[in-house]
Amino acid sequence: MTSTVTDQPPPNPMKAAPPLEPPPWTDDFGAELDRLRAEIVARRGARDARYIHTVIAVQRGLEAGGRIALAVSLLPPAWLAGTAMLTTAKVLENMELGHNILHGQWDWMGDPAVHSTTWEWDFLTPADAWKHTHNHLHHTYTNVVGRDRDLGYTVLRMSPEQPWHPAYLLQPLYAALLAPVFEWGIALYDLEADAVTAGRKSVRSLLGEIGRLLRKGARQAAKDYVLFPLLAGPSALPCLLGNLTANALRNVWAHTVIFCGHFPGEVRTFTEADIEGETRGAWYLRQIQGSADFEGGPLLHILSGNLGHQIEHHLFPDLPSNRYAELAPRVRDLCEEHDVPYVTGPLWRQYVSMWGRVVRHAVPG
Amino acid sequence: MPVFAPRPQSPPWGLPGRFGTRLLSALSTLTTPLTTPLTPDDFLGLVDPLLSARHPAGVVTAVRPETADAATLVIRPGRGWYGGHRAGQYLPVGVELDGVRHWRTYSLTSAAGAPDGEVTITVKADPRGKVSPHLVHRTPPGTILRLGPAQGEFVFPEPEATPDRLLFVTAGSGITPVMGMLRTIVLRRDRPAPDVVLLHSAPAPDECLFRAELTHMAGQLTWLRLHLRYTRTAARITARDIALLCPDWRSRETWACGPEGLLAVLREHWEAERRGGERPDGQRSDGQRPGGTEGPRAGSLHVERFHLTAPTAAPLTLADDSGGRVRFARTGVEVASPASVPLLVTGERAGVPMPYGCRRGICFGCLVPLLHGRVRDLRTGEVHDAQGELIQTCVQAAVGTLVLDR
Ligand SMILES: Cc1cc2nc3c(=O)[nH]c(=O)nc-3n(C[C@H](O)[C@H](O)[C@H](O)COP(=O)(O)OP(=O)(O)OC[C@H]3O[C@@H](n4cnc5c(N)ncnc54)[C@H](O)[C@@H]3O)c2cc1C
Ligand code: FES
Repeated sequence: MTSTVTDQPPPNPMKAAPPLEPPPWTDDFGAELDRLRAEIVARRGARDARYIHTVIAVQRGLEAGGRIALAVSLLPPAWLAGTAMLTTAKVLENMELGHNILHGQWDWMGDPAVHSTTWEWDFLTPADAWKHTHNHLHHTYTNVVGRDRDLGYTVLRMSPEQPWHPAYLLQPLYAALLAPVFEWGIALYDLEADAVTAGRKSVRSLLGEIGRLLRKGARQAAKDYVLFPLLAGPSALPCLLGNLTANALRNVWAHTVIFCGHFPGEVRTFTEADIEGETRGAWYLRQIQGSADFEGGPLLHILSGNLGHQIEHHLFPDLPSNRYAELAPRVRDLCEEHDVPYVTGPLWRQYVSMWGRVVRHAVPG
Repeated sequence: MPVFAPRPQSPPWGLPGRFGTRLLSALSTLTTPLTTPLTPDDFLGLVDPLLSARHPAGVVTAVRPETADAATLVIRPGRGWYGGHRAGQYLPVGVELDGVRHWRTYSLTSAAGAPDGEVTITVKADPRGKVSPHLVHRTPPGTILRLGPAQGEFVFPEPEATPDRLLFVTAGSGITPVMGMLRTIVLRRDRPAPDVVLLHSAPAPDECLFRAELTHMAGQLTWLRLHLRYTRTAARITARDIALLCPDWRSRETWACGPEGLLAVLREHWEAERRGGERPDGQRSDGQRPGGTEGPRAGSLHVERFHLTAPTAAPLTLADDSGGRVRFARTGVEVASPASVPLLVTGERAGVPMPYGCRRGICFGCLVPLLHGRVRDLRTGEVHDAQGELIQTCVQAAVGTLVLDR
């Protein structure tokens, strides 16, 4: 049913028609993953708490340093250093902190300052709106055509099941243009205007959300594009440019990481019929087959919020991100044992493969 | 309703007095637009947790062993602590153990209004407990503790309203709030001290909290009469003992704190007295309130319990249980909740508006604060003693009686 063109030579195991019934070992497979989860839950403790507190301290230190350097950014080295620090801070803030804290990965610490219900991030879309579309819709209905809005973000055609339309011819262009303004794209997307036309959401609640978005947007823009440049006095213009660059680079990076999580060529999609009466084990199987990892060193993983372990994240979205690295080989072994495809590769290859898919579905068929 | 006692707090963190506090608050307000969506407080708290206004903290400045298994912690509260307390109140203390914050309450043993701004709590290690052994044995000076506002209605009256004759009946660690009261009386030099009788029970002399200080005080202070009883060698205190040791108990206002058994004896005694018609005014009691004032004006009885959580004590044995009961505090609904049914479903069936998302433990869209009680994770079977925490109602079921903030 899925026919994807990939850049990779090995035959795509998912080209075969999907089993209508989950394999007989599905329950055992699920139980094994439940055990993995329980093991990490039992072991998480002071070391993990120290990890997240360190990331928070480093992130805030980098942000403060970046702001200070940009305040004197008439000096080119200060501009470079400031922009680099601020970009890194914003990347960490969105990926390793915001995304993961909002998933409730650190709620177990009982610290109200690092909690999914209280955290707000340095990203345009308000945390609450994002938690709904991402944590609920996307993580529950991962890669189910018609249910997972993240499958193409309602503007891209990412699977042959989505009906083709001439507008999709230009989708490689949209996808590329989206990258530097990704936070705006996500913010508009989280408004779920399409849910209003589909009757799943009232106009009133849409207006309320637009109000919240505008208020947050005003605060965000005032900080980066007005207040800090003004405070920089003679360095106002370079400071503004530095802030713009930091936000744009962060957007491009977030776009890259997120698109590589579900769109590399051989990741499969599902139909609503596939998930009818889905058991926990079958849900796990779908998460694995609907996600893709990428490989890299520890720094790359931290900067991508450990979403290079997208498969592990989709299996256990509420486990602390610093634990995905140790889960990955065990999940992979389990998949190999059961002949379940486990999609991974270097980031560049996943990236090329992802674009291949965007281009492939721009045309009919 | 907790009773708060506002008092200008001299900031313990160096900057000069109220000026420092004001300066910091003003700076925080000014810089908020620069730190959005965070607050300046989030940065200050990283530099020094004591500077945080949103997440009040204190630092342990000294630890004084009291007995083999009890210690007094001297705590210097930071900027955010709701300054001040009244004698007899307790302090919520947040302690980090293996990465997880746990909250417990401890009576303040320092005098209310002490000038140095430091407060003390005295903790007895419960050998089977989680937090108290850590506080007593493994908390070095310099440890940061999270603090809640001092609260509780077991309070000592303000100077103007203090009766002339008092009786304190305490046992074990129940001496702690009374110690705070005695020290407060000592500190009030400007007015004559009331006449005080203290009947305190401890297992043995070397297990008696504050023994040296109490005997010293009783030797020095004419207004204090002390009777210590060691229950390993003598019988537990009875109503008869009270009448014998303090014949004028009826004319005294009484504060009692200790194990449930002792409080029950006292309550019965006071009740009997009231029923016995010895009441001159013929007033009727309006029933019992935990942690409040009970009985008639003459000889009114104030009690404090350290185990407010009687309903949670029972379910500990309910490992093979059949669920329990849930009370939804805001809506006032109370229903049974079977062991295998998520609290989310129980709430919905009972018509309580419950937040939800994925309904399978992924999205955290269903978090509700657990005010009281215990829950079991339906995925792992683990029982959580998660009081005060946010729980995922879609994957948690009732264990015994619990209260949700919904
Ligand atoms: C108003 C108030 C004032 C207080 N003031 C003081 C004070 O001044 N000084 C003081 O020392 N204490 C005081 N306490 C008590 C204090 O708050 C704590 O309850 C006490 O320190 C025990 O905490 P813990 O974490 O060590 O024990 P916990 O871990 O909370 O355990 C408490 C008890 O429950 C039992 N228990 C726990 N889990 C299980 C299980 N799974 N199975 C069986 N049994 C279990 C343990 O045996 C233990 O005895 C006060 C309490 C209140 C309500
Ligand atoms: S409804 Fe999603 S975690 Fe409970």
